[in-house]
Amino acid sequence: MSRPFLLILFLILTPLSLLAGVAFGSVDLSLGEVMCALAGKEAGLATDIVWQLRLPRVASAFACGGSLALAGALLQALLRNPLADPYVLGISGGSAVAALVAMLFGLAAAAVNFAALGGALAAVGLVFALGFGRGGNMQRLLLTGVVLSAGFGALISLLLTLAPGAQVRGMLFWLMGDLSQAQAPGLAWGVLVAALALAWWQANSLDILGLGELKAKSLGVAVRPLQLGIYFTASAATAAVVVEAGAIGFVGLIVPHFVRLLGVSGHRWLLPLAVLAGGSFLTLADTLARTAIAPQQLPVGVLTALLGVPLLLFLLTRRT
Amino acid sequence: MLRAEGLNLSVPGKVLCRDLNIVIKPGECWGILGRNGSGKTTLLHALSGLRAPDAGLVSWDGKPLPDYPRRELARQIGVLPQDEGHEFWGTALEYVLLGRYPHSRGFGITDGDEEAALAALQQVGMADMAHRTLITLSGGERQRVRIAMLLAQAPQHYCLDEPLQHLDLGHQAEALRLLQRLAVEEGKAVLMVLHETLWAGRYCDHILMLYDEGRVLAGSAAELMTLKNLEELYRCGLREIETEVGSYFLPA
Repeated sequence: MSRPFLLILFLILTPLSLLAGVAFGSVDLSLGEVMCALAGKEAGLATDIVWQLRLPRVASAFACGGSLALAGALLQALLRNPLADPYVLGISGGSAVAALVAMLFGLAAAAVNFAALGGALAAVGLVFALGFGRGGNMQRLLLTGVVLSAGFGALISLLLTLAPGAQVRGMLFWLMGDLSQAQAPGLAWGVLVAALALAWWQANSLDILGLGELKAKSLGVAVRPLQLGIYFTASAATAAVVVEAGAIGFVGLIVPHFVRLLGVSGHRWLLPLAVLAGGSFLTLADTLARTAIAPQQLPVGVLTALLGVPLLLFLLTRRT
Repeated sequence: MLRAEGLNLSVPGKVLCRDLNIVIKPGECWGILGRNGSGKTTLLHALSGLRAPDAGLVSWDGKPLPDYPRRELARQIGVLPQDEGHEFWGTALEYVLLGRYPHSRGFGITDGDEEAALAALQQVGMADMAHRTLITLSGGERQRVRIAMLLAQAPQHYCLDEPLQHLDLGHQAEALRLLQRLAVEEGKAVLMVLHETLWAGRYCDHILMLYDEGRVLAGSAAELMTLKNLEELYRCGLREIETEVGSYFLPA
């Protein structure tokens, strides 16, 4: 499929997925009621549900999905490794440890979010210092991230073991990624737009980085500053998501590959298409998470994997 | 014109090159010969600005390499490193187009870039595979596409690290003729790491030989490509077989 065609397709799919997210929920509203509510014509239950509950959540879901896809594509380019995802360098692990500790002490949701942000930033700083430090290279960065992630994983298991039974469910939701607390999409949107603009500006250099550091340098790319820029851009996008919605898995790994398997290679197209695809994908997955067994909600991270695995496997087999 | 003055290079525990002074002029074709680990690649990197020397200075047209803005330097000196592996999902043409990066202004790919990339693919005989996905090409075909990217970069000075790797005999000869044409007809300078003494003697007019302890022999190929020098260089007894296209050196 040609790239402009894909862009148009995704630009059509995006508002449809957003509309689906607003139209469906645990309370049945007809499309007419939703439209009336969106137009803000009359006050009432439908208007409250749409404006207070569904729109903020849909906006959060889209921003988170887009950010994860962007961060995944960036880290795959930085580490030159198709297995990289937004969490491979330990951001989610560090964030989760801090958030779980805050939950263990029974702190309020806002404080948990604050702890999650602190944990994410601490992990970013630690991996930066150890991986980019003297004589650092991308392989060391990746290994540092993987090792720290394993350490965080052990701490998470420890915290889950120590936590009283009543708290474990909330912790598991946080760990699998869950948008039910996500009501303030402003930060995630701001970070997404800024990160996409920065990354898009460097799209050509990102393509060249894929050729290897020596070749990139010989073509006139400032390799180390570019690597640092990608690292911090991807980290900011990931941290914003983790604070908003916990560690939603899989979107950041598969969405960039999904777009590539549709035949897109250069980052100038890959990045915006991945953001649109990731945003739409997470919005739809979250809509399902809210409605599949309503009124109970599923963690959206479960659905992203359950939907994404067969889709990507299908594309992989069809491609070769 | 590339000039190295008082160049010292070392890696931990080993001196590779001591007080090297050379000038590589437009139209010249230089070969770097040496045993494994003798520092051929390190020297190539130092002479192309990819690595800072331990001492000494490398300059292009009288200006030290570090004083050039990166892209400006990339328009003067182009490098084909040893294959680092790649993460590239696009076509051969898209791959070669990346070589135009030092010439790009702003964002887009111009028609001129596309023409240059197609012409480069034509020169390595890969034009009809321009729209094939790179990962579906064979190792040798991919190596020719890598050479095409360097041609599309169109520098004044070409540095190539084992440009013949993965190429069959016919394509080895073709690649070397192509590089020789660049030097002789277009006045570019070529510097390449080679292992094949037959090719070096036939297509290079100048040779750099890297011996132990940082000793380097530099000079005209006709003078340096002797049985004695090569036996000492490769620490291996050789026999010289003269043919009308040059001398073969075979292990005795």
